[in-house]
Amino acid sequence: MSTALLDATGLSVRFGGVRALDGLDLHVGEGEVIGLIGPNGSGKTTFFNTLTGFVFPADGRVTFAGEDITALPAREVAKRGIARTFQRLRLLLELSVFDNLMLGQHLSLDHGVWANIVARGGLRRSLEKQRETARALLRYFSDSLPDRLSEPAGSLTMIDRRRVEVCRALIRDPKLLLLDEPSAGMTPDETRELMQDLQSVKAERPALAVVLIEHDMEVIESVSHRCVVLDYGRKLCEGSYSEVSQDPAVRRAYLGVEDE
Amino acid sequence: MRTPSILPALFATVATAAAVVLLLLADQEWEVATMAGVAVAVLLGGMRLGWGETVHRSATAHRRIVTPVTWLAGAVAIFLLREHNFELLMLCTVMIFMIAGLGLTVQFGYAGVVNFAAAAFMGIGAYTTAVLMNSTALPHPVVILLSGLVSAVIGSVLLLPLLRTRGHYAALITIAFGILFRTFLEVNDALGGPQGLKVPGLELFGHAFNDAIEINDDVEWSFYLNYAAGALVVLFLAYELVRRIERSWMGLALDAVRLDETAASAFGLNGAAWKITAFSIGNFLAGVAGSLYATITAFIAPASFTFSDSLILVSIVILGGLGNPLGLLPAALVVVVLPEKLQVIQEYRFLLFAILVIAILLLRPGGLIPRRAREYPE
Repeated sequence: MSTALLDATGLSVRFGGVRALDGLDLHVGEGEVIGLIGPNGSGKTTFFNTLTGFVFPADGRVTFAGEDITALPAREVAKRGIARTFQRLRLLLELSVFDNLMLGQHLSLDHGVWANIVARGGLRRSLEKQRETARALLRYFSDSLPDRLSEPAGSLTMIDRRRVEVCRALIRDPKLLLLDEPSAGMTPDETRELMQDLQSVKAERPALAVVLIEHDMEVIESVSHRCVVLDYGRKLCEGSYSEVSQDPAVRRAYLGVEDE
Repeated sequence: MRTPSILPALFATVATAAAVVLLLLADQEWEVATMAGVAVAVLLGGMRLGWGETVHRSATAHRRIVTPVTWLAGAVAIFLLREHNFELLMLCTVMIFMIAGLGLTVQFGYAGVVNFAAAAFMGIGAYTTAVLMNSTALPHPVVILLSGLVSAVIGSVLLLPLLRTRGHYAALITIAFGILFRTFLEVNDALGGPQGLKVPGLELFGHAFNDAIEINDDVEWSFYLNYAAGALVVLFLAYELVRRIERSWMGLALDAVRLDETAASAFGLNGAAWKITAFSIGNFLAGVAGSLYATITAFIAPASFTFSDSLILVSIVILGGLGNPLGLLPAALVVVVLPEKLQVIQEYRFLLFAILVIAILLLRPGGLIPRRAREYPE
């Protein structure tokens, strides 16, 4: 087993009477790619929100790189090296592609008054460097995006917005990347392309761990080392894609196949 | 690509300065009405023909020349009015409203923090100035700075309830503060109660701003020339500050807080801290504006800093183009100068502002000069 990066144990989240997560355990190793699947409302996004400090569990614990991050708010979690995308894209559509990527870079930028207002030489140098970084990262995903840094994110097509959002999460070199249904609103071909591009980034960052929420089983099969199936906030089963897809409980709950 | 010509930017600058002087000197109502008509025609025509874009490209390509020329044009405009007391006073008022408007731009335009008590923060600055000038011997530039700081510090009292609420509720809190502030002044005898306080004139390195400038036996320049020049310098500093904030990582962080605080926090941004920063910078500028106001008018009273004054400031910011400091000039001219010049509308000015703001929001939601994409320093 790989080195533990993220360990969630017994996570429970309740929204009123609903148990969105019900004693969920999940282990993510360094460099691992995990496919998280389950029907709508099974708690996948809630799980992400709990890991990233947007929702706090009633019970259970999350440790990341050996540190207990259960009670940390989102911005503190980000500092530890967890980055995410959102199911419904959350790009800042009025701002440029570059600005959106720089939000991802926020924690690495100098926000001091001196550097930003008074003596701006450092700001200029940092801008130059960051533009290069942004272009280099976008180049993994598209040939045209690197030249569109100054265009508003709102002028991009759906697939380009996805790409920018994924790049925004990747730009600060996180240890763990959480992708919340990157294929939503995209064609299967576009999704496949995005996943291939993501894998070429991953090839150069072997330590990067990824948890991917996805409905498209082909995508899950092609990229994930391990699959976790959720249902009613619980782990229904876990294993390789072939194990999981053969599991009768999974077929019943998720793939919609009747028992023979 | 060919470098755009510098001429459109220079023309726009000089034409604007000339228009300001002509507007201030106009003493017939038909002259003012004609100028307003021409301004509307230029605005509509410019929208159609893309003049704004042309001027913008020209100004961006030659920023190193155009920026100093613009401020120089402002100085020349003030100098042309050197013998006109009332016109200079109006111009001072325009600049003071612009300085306070710059503060609101940071709060409302960048960070998305509502503030319907901007006039109250001007009032804090003004009263601080009155008290400090009347009872201490601090150098006056220090008094102006302290007035801004006191305004920012008192503003931080509002922060806790403001940060815990959003939208309408946050707006209500600022409104309540504005009203509380006025009531506090009215019942406070130490601060002059409803009668207010006298404020001595500014002095800078032994130069008294309240003395008229005697050139020779026949020619005398208005003492308001001192104040207008001083206000222009402060306006320049405030403008540079706000511009630099916008065109830096700070501006990006503020925009992110306004547009999507959730997404921003997912990348480590501390929304509350940035809102506090923006609120304090804005109140500082409002306090400085109030301080200048106090020294220029020589007298302040609670009635000078009412809720309607706060509304006027907000409407200036929206009218000009939320988040664009450039829009503050035309908006402040419309709001401050037009009612003075067109006595017909004086009575109905609030009604007219309301109609104007609604019309702008419907027809040109970005304001007279909409905000542009961030231009980082080259």
